Formats: sequence, C-alpha cells, structure tokens
Amino acid sequence: MQKSNVDIRSLQIGFGGLKVLENLNLHVETSEFLVLLGPSGCGKSTLLNAIAGLIEVRGGEIQIGGRDVTWAEPKDRGIAMVFQSYALYPRMSVRRNMSFGLTVAGTPRDEIERRVGEAAQMLRLTSLLDRRPSELSGGQRQRVAIGRALVRHAGVYLFDEPLSNLDAQLRAELRVEIKRLHARLGATMIYVTHDQIEALTLADRIAVMQGGVIQQLDTPKKIYREPVNRFVASFVGSPAMNFIPGRLARGSEIAFIAGVNRVSLNGYAFRSQPTDAPAVLGIRPEHIELTAANDPSSVSARIEMVEPMGADTLIWCRLADGTAFSFRHDADAQVRVGDTLTVCFPADALSLFDETSGQRL
Amino acid sequence: MRLSLNSRLSTISALLPALLVMLVVYIGATSWTVWMSLTNSRMLPNNNFVGLRQYELLLGNDRWITSVHNIVIYGVLFVSLALLVGFLLAVAIDQRVRAEDTIRSIYLYPYSMSFVVTGLVWQWLLNPTLGIQHVLRSWGFEGATFDWIVRPETAIYCLVIAGVWQASGLVMAIMLAGLRGVDEEIWKAARVDGLPKWRVYVSIIIPMMGASFATAAVLLSTAVVRLYDLSVAMTNGGPGIASEVPAKFVMDHLFERANIGLATAAATTMLITVIAVVAPYLYWRARKGEVR
Repeated sequence: MQKSNVDIRSLQIGFGGLKVLENLNLHVETSEFLVLLGPSGCGKSTLLNAIAGLIEVRGGEIQIGGRDVTWAEPKDRGIAMVFQSYALYPRMSVRRNMSFGLTVAGTPRDEIERRVGEAAQMLRLTSLLDRRPSELSGGQRQRVAIGRALVRHAGVYLFDEPLSNLDAQLRAELRVEIKRLHARLGATMIYVTHDQIEALTLADRIAVMQGGVIQQLDTPKKIYREPVNRFVASFVGSPAMNFIPGRLARGSEIAFIAGVNRVSLNGYAFRSQPTDAPAVLGIRPEHIELTAANDPSSVSARIEMVEPMGADTLIWCRLADGTAFSFRHDADAQVRVGDTLTVCFPADALSLFDETSGQRL
Repeated sequence: MRLSLNSRLSTISALLPALLVMLVVYIGATSWTVWMSLTNSRMLPNNNFVGLRQYELLLGNDRWITSVHNIVIYGVLFVSLALLVGFLLAVAIDQRVRAEDTIRSIYLYPYSMSFVVTGLVWQWLLNPTLGIQHVLRSWGFEGATFDWIVRPETAIYCLVIAGVWQASGLVMAIMLAGLRGVDEEIWKAARVDGLPKWRVYVSIIIPMMGASFATAAVLLSTAVVRLYDLSVAMTNGGPGIASEVPAKFVMDHLFERANIGLATAAATTMLITVIAVVAPYLYWRARKGEVR
C-alpha cells in the first residue's frame, strides 16, 4: 500500500464526563517517525488508539493518506499496529499469526506466502515460523508481532509501547531493529512510549504530551536543547535537568541571580524581552563546566555525593543557599565528597523558565 | 533424631483421618460392592459365591439395557448442549451489556436448585395438560403439540432439556471467567487485522479456552454418571421404563426390589465403565506432565 501521512484536526476524546483529549491537532508527514512521549495517563495511548480506530472520538477529524477515516473501521484505515503485550494469537504458529489476517481478507495464497517470507526474513524469524508463541522469548514474540504488522503493507504503522515488557538489553536491541526497519521501509510510523531514551533515539520528531495536550512537537535535538516549558525540560533527559530558582536582573548586562551567585546571561537567546522577575534556571548535568575560581561568572559548590556511571561520573553538589544540582564529569575526575568546586553555567546551554507559568523565557 | 520422629508422628496423625476415610469409605465400600456382585445376595447380603451369574442376568435385563442406552443419549446431548449454551450465554454477557451482574445471577440461579425441584418444575412445564402445550393451545394455537414427556421414545430428551437448563448457568460462569482472562489487546489486534467477531471466537478465543472447556466438561460428566434424582422427580423412569438410568436401576434394585446381587453388579459395571473412560485420560495427562 501507499505510504500515508496522518492529519489530525481538533480531535476530541472523552470517556463519560472525563475529557482525555481536547482540540488536539497533529500532522505526521509521509515516511516520518513520530514518537508520542509522555507519562502514563497523558493521553498518548488514547491518541494512538483513536488513530487506529479502536476507540470512538467525540469530535474532530482524522485523515490518513488524505482520506477522512474518522468513522472507518480499523481494517479500512490502511494501518497496522504493534501492541505492548504482543497480542499474538496464542494457539497459532508464527506463520499463521502473520498470515491469518490476510487469509481472512481473502488475499491470494502465493501473495500471502511472499509477504510472510519477506517479513520473516527481514525480522530474522524464518527458522521460527512453525513455532507457537509460547515457545518464543519475549523479544522474538515482539518481532513476530512486528512481522504481523508488516505483512499488512500498511500506509502507517502504529506502535503502542512495544518494548515496555522487555528487559533492558533486549529493549536496546529491538530499538535498533525498529530504527533499521524504518530506514529500510521508509514507512510512516507513530510510536508511543514513556521512555525518553527510546523517543530520542528513534524519532524524527517527538510530541511530548501531558494532560492530553501536546506540550512540544519538535526534533529530538530541539526538544533536548530548547524545551518550551519546565515539564518538557524535566521529562526529557537522564540524569534530569537541574533547576535553580532565582530571578532575572537587568544591569549593564542581563544576569540571573540566585542568592549570592550571579550567572551571566550574555548569549542566551531570549524569546521575549526579559524583565526583572523571578525565574528558574535549567541546565543539563553535562553542560556544567569546571572553571577557575577567579572567573567572575563562576559559582562555588560543595560536593555531596559522587555517582560513578562507567563512561562518566555524576557529581552531586550543593550551592551555598542550599540548592542541589548534579553535573557530569569524566570518569577519572579526582573528586572527593566534601571538596569545594567552582563551576560555570554557559549561557548558550541554559534554559530559563518563568517561575509561575513554567514557560521558556 | 527425636525431632524427626516427632515431626513424622504429627504428619501421620494429621493424615490419619483422611487416610481412614479413604480406606474404609472408598476402597472398603467399593471392594464390598464388587464382592457382593459376585454373590447371590437378595434382600440381605450373603457370601454365596456365584461367579459372574449376576452379570449374565444384568446383560439380559431389558431395563438395564434401556438405562445404558438412555445414559449414552443423555450424556452426549447434555454435555455438548450445556457446553454450547453456556458458552453462548457467556459470549452474550461478555459484550459489555448493561446490568451484567443481575443477568449473571439470573443465569446462575437454576444451578442453586436441586435436581428434584428442577425435575418437578420441568415436569409441570412439559406436562401436555398443564404446561407449555396447554398454554399454546389456550392462546389459539390449536394444533400445538409438545408431549415429549409422555411419549416413551422422547422422554429421555425431556431430561436433557431440564439438565441443560440447570447446568448451563454454571458453564456460563466458568466460560465467562475464561473469556475475561483474554488479553484486551488480542481483541484490538484482531480488529486491526480485520477479523469478524465470530471468526475471532472460533479461531482464536475458543482454542485459548481449553482449560475452561475441560473444567466444565469434567463437572458435567460427573453429573451424568450420578444422574438419578432428575429421572425420579420428572418421569420416575417412565413412561414404562423409557427414561430409566443406571443409577436409578441400582437404587431400585438395592432397596425396592431387594436384589443386592444384581444392584451391585450394575454398580460395578458403572464403575468399570467410568474407569475405562477416565484411565486413558489420566495416563495421557501424566505422560504430558512428564514431557514438560
């Protein structure tokens, strides 16, 4: 089937008195890999199920490949879907799991065989075709589920947290496999996850959701470097971004004041004209740099804890006013708990947020 | 050493009551029954060994042959219909209907009734001059005929109707539990695959519910073997001997007809039949367990 784009216009979904999504708009380009990222209950799975046609919408429109499918049955939408629990048909062989939908739809037998063979080969399932799901490992089961989606030759592939049931190592392996699959097929894929690493590694664009609203829709790099609000900033990134409360001050140059510390904001790309107001400074642990004590923009802090993480070390510090933050340093850093460090926060790597609204300044 | 003796003693004393019950009630009573079937006991048990004489008499007994014939008809129809009806009821309830709890209770009510009550109720319902036929005729369907219970060749099917009515609620409960155990995402996957609902049930759900079907079938089968009170309450074996069943044959000969020898021969025959059916199954299950 033709690869399709997806267009969602002012979508509304609710259950009883509960509104899950309200006036949601989203456009997914053909061949794009879009990740819906958010904590549980943010509406990301609801949105995916609505695209699949598995739940009814209250209002708005869903177009797939330019065709209005808001009220179409899932099978008529040109989609295929992979589920978290694999949802394989337990009493059928791998081959039959993949072919059953096509058989019922009346696809010619040689065509089914060709498609199953192709998908099995792509997913390295050829030797497992006659096994039952119960005889497979978790990773293999999810590959079968992906294979069952692939044979549908759909315009859009939907993934509902497909890796959440797997252990960490398998998850990393299958993640690479899905990425490779997308590169090879060039298919449109929409992928739901709560794991920000999956989102950052897989996506062309990420839609970060919270409370049924898309907070930010952008490339992984933009999402990571320039989060639009504090929620996105804290949800994406591990170890998490540091937040330091303080206020903005306009003198000869604009600066951020936190207690006795002063951080120069020369070089920060403000979105609007800054005013003297309370604000929160956000900085990622890897953007904090060690510096000489006489640097005018430096901040001194006491080391509270050191977490060696293999490739590098996470150092937990506390400022004089009691604010804690962490920063990343190379693994062979000679640091001891109790030492005092001087660090600086480079202005071009910062994020500043309004204290009350949490929006990026 | 003392500790181990102590703990062994307490183990034995804990198991003793169950062991005694099993030895005396099950093995003892069963062996005595088998022995009686080899004697010429009439009203009171005696020990005059007559070999297989009682079994010869039994196989020549019209009433016994009819009973066996009936229990085969009843067993096959009752088990398969109760499974079918129970499964369909469970599927109907599983469609997220309103007032599910109420409907489930109503379906399950018949099972809380004894076979005697069930038998009486259905005897009235099926009685041509009181029940369904009478109602239909009084509504103006003059030609309506539903007199199975008074016709010898159909009386056994009336027992099947009553039995299925009583048991399908239980089957429904077992099946519903099985259906509820099916992963919601399998249904979603099937919808995306474009499978019609009936096809999902037939090709995916039913094969997944082997355990539920086995449980229900075992429960129903034991009900078949001990079928007695339904026959007594509904037709009393009649018309004539048309709806006699083996358990009733045993009871009647044991107490009314004072023929212990023949009764125990019939009971032993039932036991052997059950063992012949169950043993291969148990053997197969044990083998399967080993393979795993």
